Amino acid sequence: MTVRAALGVVGRYVFAGFVFVFFALPLLWLLSAPFDAAPSVQVSLPDFTLENFRTLWDNPYAMRSLGNSVIIAAGTMAITLVLAALASYALSRVRIPGRDTLLYLLLLLSSIVTGTAAMVPTFLLMTELGLIDRQLGVVLVLTGGLLPTAIFILKDFMDSTPRSYEESARVFGASSLQILRHVVVPIARPGLATIAVWAVVQVWGNFLVPFILLRSPDQQPAAVVMFTFYTEGGQPNLALISTFSLLFSIPVVLMYLFVNRRYGFRFHGGIKR
Amino acid sequence: MTTAPSPTEVEPDPAGAPTGARRSRPADDGDAAGLGRWRATGFVAPALLVIAVFLVFPAIWTLYLGLTNWRLTGLAAAEPEFVGAENYTDALSDPAFRNSLVLTLAFVFFSAIIGQSMLGFALAWTARRLRPAVRSVLETVVLLAWIIPASVVAFLWLALLDRREGTLNALLGTDGTAWLLEYPMQSIIVFNIWNGTAFSMLLFSSALASVPPSQFETAKMAGAGTFATLRDVVLPNIRGHILTNTLLITLWTFNVFAPYLITAGGPQGRTEILGVYIYRVALRDGALGQGAALSLIMIIINLVVASVYLRLLRERRS
Repeated sequence: MTVRAALGVVGRYVFAGFVFVFFALPLLWLLSAPFDAAPSVQVSLPDFTLENFRTLWDNPYAMRSLGNSVIIAAGTMAITLVLAALASYALSRVRIPGRDTLLYLLLLLSSIVTGTAAMVPTFLLMTELGLIDRQLGVVLVLTGGLLPTAIFILKDFMDSTPRSYEESARVFGASSLQILRHVVVPIARPGLATIAVWAVVQVWGNFLVPFILLRSPDQQPAAVVMFTFYTEGGQPNLALISTFSLLFSIPVVLMYLFVNRRYGFRFHGGIKR
Repeated sequence: MTTAPSPTEVEPDPAGAPTGARRSRPADDGDAAGLGRWRATGFVAPALLVIAVFLVFPAIWTLYLGLTNWRLTGLAAAEPEFVGAENYTDALSDPAFRNSLVLTLAFVFFSAIIGQSMLGFALAWTARRLRPAVRSVLETVVLLAWIIPASVVAFLWLALLDRREGTLNALLGTDGTAWLLEYPMQSIIVFNIWNGTAFSMLLFSSALASVPPSQFETAKMAGAGTFATLRDVVLPNIRGHILTNTLLITLWTFNVFAPYLITAGGPQGRTEILGVYIYRVALRDGALGQGAALSLIMIIINLVVASVYLRLLRERRS
């Protein structure tokens, strides 16, 4: 090995080391503080305890907000999945007039009408519809934002599924909805699973939409309640914040790892916008 | 896998003939389930309805709202009046808006275009020649910064940068440095690099994997150094990926709201990027009409960036 090559190896690992420290440093607290008997904001070797999780369990807002996150995420996922499956199937099988233009427009819209850019009209619309402070409002707004992308990805899946089964089913007199449910859905299951996980990950961490639309703490999801825990006056309760952060993060990390293992890179960009 | 990863990459079938060019019976279009046009329309309608009401309508309504003096409370809340272009002239002459626009440009430029792109590429380039175990640990930690919910990572950074007990001050021996007060903009820029580099890393990883290995071999045989290899072999091959990456992270970073969770726009508006500024004007101070005008400006900027991206995408595909 020449000197230059050796230097190259050293350089690579030094760079990797620095980058690792940069990314890992803020994350360490999430591993140390929840298990520390006297958590501070500083990373330190924990004086091990699980007592902090009792603090979390006893806090009514924290546990309820996690429940709310589950409701909002599951609701958004279910509606997105059903509507996107119906739409993408029809768009894949039938040449509806203006289909390509429609798909192109949806693609454009979903990327420009973001939660941040459209926060004012969205807030006003929900006020007018009487959906402020109701989880249904959050679910509908989030669904509207996710649907175009979901239809796109699913149409791709539907295009690649074989059509011969549908023809046989039709010969035996099955209705369109029956064919969709019993023939197409089982074949397109990987695509549907992808969309389901993707939708949940998108919604789980979303802060802005519920922050704007939900007022009462018993409606708010964990993303918003977490924020109030550390911005409300007084000394933040670090035992509570650290355990809550950990519990709140684990589901998306697990889902991500699952998807990553099963579907690989094709899916990475789509999972988070 | 050479395709860029974003869902927005999925494009309407460019090979499809222009609409209406094929007027044959549905069965010839591969309509195996015998849906027919009407039933197919029925299948698409519910999704389109939700999109129309909750995505398209707000965007179009903004056009009208921005021309009124609608307020959250008070007289103008009950009966908003038409004020014409006043909101726009107010916005353009408001130093706070111009300040916010400049901050947003700096934020996008330094954190996304410079920070995330460069670091993401450097990571992808370096990781190829690391031991697989090291590579996987490194990539995982970068990914974690990306996927953990924003309100959690915001607190992690508040803890890291804390003035009295923060880990950063303890490590650097800079006791008592209030990073978020003294260097607020720099702090959220570094935060956003930390938060979003994963996407660029993944995209460039796949881009580099798509460069034919034979070209690397040739470069090596010709005795090309790292710089020459990057310039003559890598760059020509991944030009499209660089463009895709730049446009997408520009669009996303422009619409980011997470810095609000760390600095709430402060101190004294020094981190008030556009999204945070709109939130303050419209929803905290209650000037909804003016906020709508700002929303429209933001949507139009998004439209410009997204159109450039989609146009390039179409050209490359066809």
